[in-house]
Amino acid sequence: MTARLATLPGTAPRTGAVSRLLEDERVLGAVLLVPTIILLTLFIAYPFVTGVWLSLTSATVGNPAVFVGLKNFAKLWNDSIFQQATYNTFVYTGLATVGKLVLGMWLALLLNRHFRGKRLVRASMLLPFIIPTVLSTFAWKWMFDPTFSVLNWTLYHLGLIQTRIGWLTDPTLALGSVIIVNVWRGMPFYAITLLAGLQTVNPELHEAAAIDGANAWQRFWRITWPLLLPVTMVVTLFSVIQTFADFQLVYVLTGGGPANATHLFATYAYQIGIGTGLLGEGAAASLAMFPMLFIIVVIQLWYIRRVEGA
Amino acid sequence: MGRRMDRRSFIKVTGAGAAAASTGLAGILESGRAPAYAQGTKLHIVRWVDFVPASDEVLKTKLIPDAQKALGAEITLETINANDIQPRATAAISSRSGPDIFNMLHNWVQLYAESVVDVSDLFESIGKAQGGFYDAVNRQTAGPGGKRLAIPHAIVGAMIAYRKSLFEEVGAKEFPKTWQQYREVGKKLKAKGYPIGQTLGHTFGDAPTFSYTYLWSWGGKEVQQDGKTVAINSKETIESVKFMVGFWKDAFDEGGLAWDDSNNNRAFLSGTICATLNGASIYIESLRNREKYKTEKGALMHTDIRHAPNPAGPAGAYLNHTTFHHAIMNYSKNQKLAKDFLRWLHAKENYEHWFLSQKGFSVGPTTDWEKHKMWEQDPVMLPYRTGARAFRLFGWEGPPSRNATEAQTKYIITDMYAKAVQGMAPEDAVKWAEGQLREIYGKA
Repeated sequence: MTARLATLPGTAPRTGAVSRLLEDERVLGAVLLVPTIILLTLFIAYPFVTGVWLSLTSATVGNPAVFVGLKNFAKLWNDSIFQQATYNTFVYTGLATVGKLVLGMWLALLLNRHFRGKRLVRASMLLPFIIPTVLSTFAWKWMFDPTFSVLNWTLYHLGLIQTRIGWLTDPTLALGSVIIVNVWRGMPFYAITLLAGLQTVNPELHEAAAIDGANAWQRFWRITWPLLLPVTMVVTLFSVIQTFADFQLVYVLTGGGPANATHLFATYAYQIGIGTGLLGEGAAASLAMFPMLFIIVVIQLWYIRRVEGA
Repeated sequence: MGRRMDRRSFIKVTGAGAAAASTGLAGILESGRAPAYAQGTKLHIVRWVDFVPASDEVLKTKLIPDAQKALGAEITLETINANDIQPRATAAISSRSGPDIFNMLHNWVQLYAESVVDVSDLFESIGKAQGGFYDAVNRQTAGPGGKRLAIPHAIVGAMIAYRKSLFEEVGAKEFPKTWQQYREVGKKLKAKGYPIGQTLGHTFGDAPTFSYTYLWSWGGKEVQQDGKTVAINSKETIESVKFMVGFWKDAFDEGGLAWDDSNNNRAFLSGTICATLNGASIYIESLRNREKYKTEKGALMHTDIRHAPNPAGPAGAYLNHTTFHHAIMNYSKNQKLAKDFLRWLHAKENYEHWFLSQKGFSVGPTTDWEKHKMWEQDPVMLPYRTGARAFRLFGWEGPPSRNATEAQTKYIITDMYAKAVQGMAPEDAVKWAEGQLREIYGKA
């Protein structure tokens, strides 16, 4: 390539020190990485390190940060609202992830079949995912409205209920309601990704299994599921991280209420840090997510490697 | 590469620059006015979305344009949900950029004491000209070291709006004087499909306004007068919680646990509740859209609305009104302009436009506005007229401090009642609140 360029009129061969240096692949590689490193430093490392520093200080809004060690974490450990937020976050993430996986898989299997209007159905399936979350959550808020809930109205007029269901007033139901909305919003992500995975499964495998007498469940469990497992693990990994750190849904639907029954890590951290201005304590509440997410990610990545290596 | 600059050309260029600068300075001195950029000609104000839409209209179409002309400045008014003001202020203070003036509710400004400009001089001059600020807003905006943290702008009076005809139907010729009477009447009305509506949710106005005043009326308090000793776990508080559990079940719309500040307005105007502790926005809206809101019998809703103060508990009857202040942020590059704007806004002839648009929803921050002839127009609004003269602030019996504000923004008192209503034993709910308050006041 260099020789060809050298023959072109007006193109002198580069023989400067920089050019020679860049011909070394290790140096070139490092240079090409610089923009990425700058971006990662600015937008990931810097906020993360600042967050860690803030969590170790007594910073409040408008006041300088004074180092207090692990005092904020110790306070959180004994904080009953934080304990409730921890419990809520695990229940919310666990149930929502299972719900999204099961329904997403079911939807993907349905959409993998041939039927009229398949494209339209596939496109419309993405609606919950592409509508801005705040907007769709407001619609759900109206549907769950304690007084004017369209869900209650419908159930009442169908004769299925006699009194209103407190979708957002009963503490257990309130957590259930925010999980329902999370499943509704996140299911398309699972479905579309698993559908892409399903289309890579060779149909001949199913045909061969069917000829050997395998029923639909056996074909799914012995062929589809093992082949989809790596994709499923990746989707679940992303989803768990997003769900664990979810904020918008709860903020719009309940604000963490009633009586903190729906507070998650993120909403409680926001209430302390941004609402009340206790930046140090808020950062600590926010960082409390980190070790748990880290463990989840390590386990899942280890599992994916094992599956791929098998 | 650019040309190299020798000594001769350097002198030429800098000399020309100095000459231009000196001519400019002479020009400025001659005119006797500072250049526009030195004063700052842009102002950004963040206020809540007023529950009286007409008032935001007055600001946007009349007062802001007039102020722009009077002050020669470009003024941007941004209105946001009141629940979003605190997060916005925190973000602005942390990044040291953002709106020049923030609307602060309740005691909030105590949280930002180090980040706002001292406005003592302006506070003094407005107070002096208009009969003095009410004691409550005076205490709320008093900062450490004599610093005045904000200029009080309005006090939204809280009274119980109730349906006169419904109360009469169950034999209540006048509004109940005690919580016990209110519970008995409420029970009858709930049985008829018209419960009392009140929020115990996480929302800025109605939730604390109701839960704190209810607590005080039983003799409960979160902290002693010293502002340090937590005093919530008392016989009086436990009694109040026990009563609330039965009261809620007997007489309230149980959906109130998830209401925000607007739910009770909608519920009242659509005829699903009989009474609610609220600002006068329900009545004002029913006046604004007379034909839209009607009673079950077809009468205009506004003719059936009356206002009354909170019933009394064993320790008396109390109210808490939602106060609104304007704070100038110390990162603002337009502090002088911001002060000029607030001075202009509070001048009687300007403030009156806004005051009239409120139709009594809020009273002025100074006592002179009680005397305004507007109050003679509608007897239904009269209970609000003098409501601001004396009311307790969040944090009572201690001062309206940073800690009191933290307890309020974490909804500790509201959640204490909400937890009991949801099934937690009253003693445990009070103990829970005590633990939370100790964490907060322990920092003092």
